[in-house]
Amino acid sequence: MTTTAIGRTSVPAKYLPVLVTGCLFAAMFVAGGIRYEGFASGQVVLNVFIDNAFLLVVAVGMTFVILTGGIDLSVGSVVALSTMIAASLMAGPGWPPYVVIPLVLAIGSGLGLVMGAIVHAFDIQPFIVTLAGMFLARGLCYTIGTDSIPIEDATFTAFAQTRIDLFADLWISPSVVIAVVVVLVAAYVLHYTRLGRSVYATGGSEQSAMLMGLPVGRTKIAVYTISGFCSALGGVLLSFYMLSGYGLHAVGMELDAIAAVVIGGTLLTGGSGFLLGTVLGVLVLGLIQTIISFEGTLSSWWTKIFIGLLLFVFILLQRVFSARTRR
Amino acid sequence: MRRLLWPAVVLVLLLALNVFFTPSFFSIQVRDGHLYGSLIDILRFGAPLILVALGMTLVIATGGIDLSVGSVVAISGALACLQISQDAGVFTAVALALGLCLVLGAWNGFLVAGIGIQPIIATLILMVAGRGLAQLITGGQIITVNSEAYKVIGGGYWLTVPFGVLIVLAVLGITAFLTRRLALGMLIESVGGNAEASRLAGIRSRGIILMVYAFAALCAGVAGLMISSNVSSADGNNAGLWIELDAILAVVIGGTSLAGGRFSLGGTVLGALIIQTLTTTVYSIGVPPETTLLFKALVVTAVCLIQSPSFREKAFRRRGRTAPPSPAHEEKVRVTA
Repeated sequence: MTTTAIGRTSVPAKYLPVLVTGCLFAAMFVAGGIRYEGFASGQVVLNVFIDNAFLLVVAVGMTFVILTGGIDLSVGSVVALSTMIAASLMAGPGWPPYVVIPLVLAIGSGLGLVMGAIVHAFDIQPFIVTLAGMFLARGLCYTIGTDSIPIEDATFTAFAQTRIDLFADLWISPSVVIAVVVVLVAAYVLHYTRLGRSVYATGGSEQSAMLMGLPVGRTKIAVYTISGFCSALGGVLLSFYMLSGYGLHAVGMELDAIAAVVIGGTLLTGGSGFLLGTVLGVLVLGLIQTIISFEGTLSSWWTKIFIGLLLFVFILLQRVFSARTRR
Repeated sequence: MRRLLWPAVVLVLLLALNVFFTPSFFSIQVRDGHLYGSLIDILRFGAPLILVALGMTLVIATGGIDLSVGSVVAISGALACLQISQDAGVFTAVALALGLCLVLGAWNGFLVAGIGIQPIIATLILMVAGRGLAQLITGGQIITVNSEAYKVIGGGYWLTVPFGVLIVLAVLGITAFLTRRLALGMLIESVGGNAEASRLAGIRSRGIILMVYAFAALCAGVAGLMISSNVSSADGNNAGLWIELDAILAVVIGGTSLAGGRFSLGGTVLGALIIQTLTTTVYSIGVPPETTLLFKALVVTAVCLIQSPSFREKAFRRRGRTAPPSPAHEEKVRVTA
């Protein structure tokens, strides 16, 4: 019983998971700065953003879906499909980017819309529906082509090579700007619009939300559409980064996105979590990779083991917090 | 039995499609004292998936899910091959690998039953970390072994029948006996229906949950031995990749609800056979292999739609307006959503 008193007097319990993730990020950064030369610079953090802009966008979409208590396994495949469609349309028929990019975004949103509609209309588990979506999108990739298609379009290469200089030798890529805009818009939608409130309400308790007269069905369809849009946008950003379209891009990215959302303190049962947490989650994942590349001697598979350990610690923390608030 | 109707129809349709394109599809020959034929191939290559799906069925019956089986497949194969390459006996290697799998499964079960973490997340931890672990064991390399005895598990024959198929039959028989002849199956279903209520009724639901996760990991471990023994090598990165998704699909296609509380072992075997036949069909009817996944997505969607009560109701109503509206049923479906 004393635990509740502590919970009440200090930071509100709902901010605790995000705070913990923030502290972890800071601690990792400081530890890295002490251990490695040249680590403690602003550019290292910005590089994490530059290398993970696409993951950030995808994770934002995933946050919406998970907040309603659903899950979207199709994101990685939709990212790959987007790079593939963009690359093949520009390489083959030579379509201009200002046609290709909106088309890709529309296809991604359309796929999300269809999956959301099936989840809502036929009461099939989101896990299974998005799994079928994952197979479908990956299959479409291979149908378009099994080889990697290079992108040589001037606009895309410009996006890939432009450096936006900030103060004091720091720089970011245009993708980071897009990702940050997406995060800000998404945060606005989640916290200041009717849709955002419905998302939280649906995740909290679908039945209560329905009894309150909230459009649960429309909300569910909307979040999968948002996730589809974000995946397609993530695909466009990835094709800026990779300058190619390939059916094997972004394999397993759905796991990274889910891991980022969980590490960011969002409950997978839905109804509780913040976008800031997801941003921090992506940063933590990115920083792990940076540290492992700085360490040099550690092999790449340690990344996976560390991410697994982190997931474990965070889920344990979440469990402790939710047990406290319930009592 | 009605639950098995649709999966059976789909499997028969797929097989019929194969016969249509390759008339010799059903022929089974005995060559060098081994059974040969397309049907045997489906069974032989489908054996690991059936095993993993069997374990998954019991986990799903308790209302859980196990995403880590693919990683466990990789770990088991990796450890066994590492041991054999270091001159350990085949039995020692197999026992060590399966022992580790049991520990990993018990870890999953402990997270779910002991700490109370959502199953999908609890097993996500091992799914991500386990891949790393498998690569750690193999040192990032593909370990190849040269052991005739080990080769038998996945590639050998006994009494003309592929050894893997015999293993599957044995595991299926034991599981069916334990869950359908003894009370265990009912206990599992009651835990899946309502874990708290069954605890109050005197069932040790935590023990049951721990057991099903350990069983799922053990099945995955045996499947991992089969996969690595069939190619005489262990690949920490790619062995068993995405097998958890196929296994979950097999279970769902077989009519076991992801919500738990009911399960059908026969349905799962049918589901796994459908998935394996699908792959074979794609090759035999000459669809480009690149489109396998498309084909799979379509069949999966079709089977899941057919099984959704909500879809059947809507399709039925559209066909004939004479059907009386049933608000009570619709309400029920929505509430369970």
